[in-house]
Amino acid sequence: MTRYTSATPDDRQEMLDAIGVGSAAELFEQIPEPLRLGRPLALPDGMSEAEVYERLRELSERNASAEEQVCFVGAGMYDHYVPAIVDAITSRSEFLTPYTPYQPEISQGGLQVMFEFQTAMSELTGLPVSNAALYEGPSALASAGYLAIGATKRKRFVISRGVHPHSRETLRTYAVGYGAEVVEVGLEGGLTDAAALAGAVDGETAAVFLQSPNFLGAVEDVEALGAAAKEHGALLVVACDPMTLGILKSPGECGADIALGEGQPLGNRLDFGGPSFGFFCATEEQIRRMPGRIAGETEDVDGRRGFVLSLQTREQHIRREKATNNICTAQALNALGAMVHLAWLGRHGFRELGELLVRRTAYARERLTAVNGVELLHEAPVAREFAVRLDAPVDKVLQRIAERGIAAGYPLGRDYPEFEDGLLVAITERRTKEQIDELADALGAAIAAERGGDAGTDQATEATIAEGVA
Amino acid sequence: MALTETPMQAEKARTIFEKSKAGRRAAALPDAGVPEQPLAELIPENLLRAEPPRLPEISEPEIVRHYNRLSRRNFDLDTGFYPLGSCTMKHNPRLNERVAALPGHARLHPAQDPKRAQGALELMWLLQESLSEICGLPHVSLQPSAGSHGELAGLLLTRAYHADRGEERTKVLAPDTSHGTNPASVTMAGYEVVKVATNDRGGVEMDDLRAKLAENADEVACLMLTNPNTLGVFDENIAEIASLIHDAGGTLYYDGANLNAVMGHSRPGDMGFDIVHVNLHKSFSQPHGGGGPGAGPIAVSDRIEPYLPRPQVVRREGSNGHGPSFDLDHDRPKSIGRLRGFQGNFGVFVRSYAYILSLGGDGLTEASETAVLNANYLKALLAKGRAGRHLPIAFDRHCMHEFVLSGKPMKRELGLATLDLAKRLLDYGFHPPTVYFPLLVDEALMVEPTETEAKETLDAFAEAIEQILAEAEDNPDLAKNAPYTTPVRRLDEVKATRKPVVRQRLR
Repeated sequence: MTRYTSATPDDRQEMLDAIGVGSAAELFEQIPEPLRLGRPLALPDGMSEAEVYERLRELSERNASAEEQVCFVGAGMYDHYVPAIVDAITSRSEFLTPYTPYQPEISQGGLQVMFEFQTAMSELTGLPVSNAALYEGPSALASAGYLAIGATKRKRFVISRGVHPHSRETLRTYAVGYGAEVVEVGLEGGLTDAAALAGAVDGETAAVFLQSPNFLGAVEDVEALGAAAKEHGALLVVACDPMTLGILKSPGECGADIALGEGQPLGNRLDFGGPSFGFFCATEEQIRRMPGRIAGETEDVDGRRGFVLSLQTREQHIRREKATNNICTAQALNALGAMVHLAWLGRHGFRELGELLVRRTAYARERLTAVNGVELLHEAPVAREFAVRLDAPVDKVLQRIAERGIAAGYPLGRDYPEFEDGLLVAITERRTKEQIDELADALGAAIAAERGGDAGTDQATEATIAEGVA
Repeated sequence: MALTETPMQAEKARTIFEKSKAGRRAAALPDAGVPEQPLAELIPENLLRAEPPRLPEISEPEIVRHYNRLSRRNFDLDTGFYPLGSCTMKHNPRLNERVAALPGHARLHPAQDPKRAQGALELMWLLQESLSEICGLPHVSLQPSAGSHGELAGLLLTRAYHADRGEERTKVLAPDTSHGTNPASVTMAGYEVVKVATNDRGGVEMDDLRAKLAENADEVACLMLTNPNTLGVFDENIAEIASLIHDAGGTLYYDGANLNAVMGHSRPGDMGFDIVHVNLHKSFSQPHGGGGPGAGPIAVSDRIEPYLPRPQVVRREGSNGHGPSFDLDHDRPKSIGRLRGFQGNFGVFVRSYAYILSLGGDGLTEASETAVLNANYLKALLAKGRAGRHLPIAFDRHCMHEFVLSGKPMKRELGLATLDLAKRLLDYGFHPPTVYFPLLVDEALMVEPTETEAKETLDAFAEAIEQILAEAEDNPDLAKNAPYTTPVRRLDEVKATRKPVVRQRLR
């Protein structure tokens, strides 16, 4: 029904005449006959715009989003408030519809945004070189592995179990390709086991991967842990949550060679996991090994300031099999969203937001652990997320709380068999004191009900939910 | 040409950091509403930052003005013709933006219990089914984030497939016309590239393919192809190529960058391909965003399916009178594992599924037909006049959705490099075609008009090329010094790479 094309029957005829063929079908005759489909695609016919909207709206309403459920789920992506100007700016066609800026003279807007974004990310991470964004956090970490192999000519990685499970798995997936070994170091009291880490790093280690705050929300002492990497000449790669970098010591100050992470908290919506962006910053030493696009400042022939894609000799379209990475299309629009959000927060707002997160998180941690049947999973310092243990089956407790319109957190048992009773709770500026209090009440009631064996409605509930009624 | 500075050129580029002024701000944050404990009581001092990052201090009106003014320094698809070859710059329907922004999509947490994300999972499953039908392959993973991520996935799948059979293969074949991402992905996946030559019709040189297979017997893991290829022509020998690769024990990989040529007309699966990536930001209308986001789902054959990334979206039949349900299947023991966080670029899936619903099977078929018609029409226009003389088509036959011209005669006869022509086109209000690719063609210009463009636009573009060539006959310097009217003129890219300045120095 909706075609998005402009050729009228008359146009088509004139065009066919100019080409010198009788029909468009003739143009497809270069496809050998047995390989032509010869039947319509088995897909429904097109629909009107109004019908498509209704169909998509209907599907969207079968999801329980943070719009209707109070969301305490984090685990790498967070329900922050994205200011309205982010949408207004990122939806401008001048930013939304161009390709990668291959023609800099007519792409100064996008290139300058990249330059500003790189400046902002360098400030946050305390490292002098930033790229203009990668796909998302976990694949950015795997790309750091590829860089480390090139930089050190070694093929062994040591990674903390506190790094996001998706990042650890993605690193393993990539490592099979470029042929590296991945050694995992466990946690002790919520933090990376420092002795085990020191023991695992050796002269064959290309990189040591840490995350702070780690997946359990604990703020790691990156500087102390990183000493093992420095001692053996391995690169120190630190994954971080950008929203905490207004208050926490930057990875650069802690000695990181590479700082990277999931950029979603900055100016990007949840979108069921994407698109967001991954940021990637490094020391000057690594500038020619960086993955992804990098904008650089230069001048035009008349001496005007301008920006171009710099250091392109790293990239696939120039270097082909010798490229430092294969990435082409990345996440430029999402990085713009981040830049606008950061400008909106500004130097002081960014720090204040970090402080607000820490204080509300401290309150929530105290409030929740006062509940009968809830105790801390670890006592390490936290910034915006913390882990607790429940004295009742986590999935059943979550189910009960969901019925009160609250998504209580992330069940750690999904990724950590040793924390089957663990729940990870995230705080954003949208989670008010009242909501935290309500979560505490709900948690108490749900645990009490589960301990009391009051599971009578469970089967009926499961059935209703299986039908997709959120 | 008289050089009068345009108002936009006269406007000096200043970054948002340079517009910062102490004391200004935009954000109003809520009160914490909880006890205001000193930070150092909550987090040890040695882990805290002494000074906040030097982000700009700027008011909301100033932010809006800054980025709106910056946006005007970009050329975009909504404003003009963007015939960038291999990039498929087709219209981005705003309906898709609207449905992607519905709160049930935009504010859905990726770790939501699948039972409470049934609409999202069903949408993903429906998109998988649609792409499966379009590609002619039974299984789809939506996880890869872009085309090159799909390529890496395909090569890791190939490695897993061979490993499962107890084989270790080390080489991947790719034509000399392939996209740069192909060889880059090959190296990342731990393989070595072996180049295959192109024949005089623009397809794979069969003798060379046979020779390379013989030289590397039992070593070839995969052949990566684009069909139609980067010269815009369909390789008629594809069935034979497929059987040669399969007989040699390799997999056949389809770079889907050019899928917009064949939707509803021919399917990679029917051509014999085992693994296909689809660029949702090309054929399926996701806006390019100035360099992403995109998505690069892969479709695969039965023998590759066990190795697909996890989690995989699955549909489970209902019981006891309940309808089907959808889930994320993590229990895939032979899977290559994750390629990224969570489930993929879901917002892109929403847009592309809306596009597929809008067009339907018949509309997609017609879109490809119109794309091919537009390309052949523009090619016919450019075969005439000065363009025909100075910019001959590299392989003179009907093209599919794009075609490649060679600027070699233009350079010899008029002293104009392809880059000069491209830069002069900017003054005429057009985005230039892809230049200097494929590498096989001297001074290449790769033109892809897509189905979006009206005949008048194609006529105007051909006319602009004609005029630029006419100008150059009198005064080649005009193009050599172009552009004149853009926000900045030719930029010193060498300087930017030699002494890179990649961030603003802040005080």
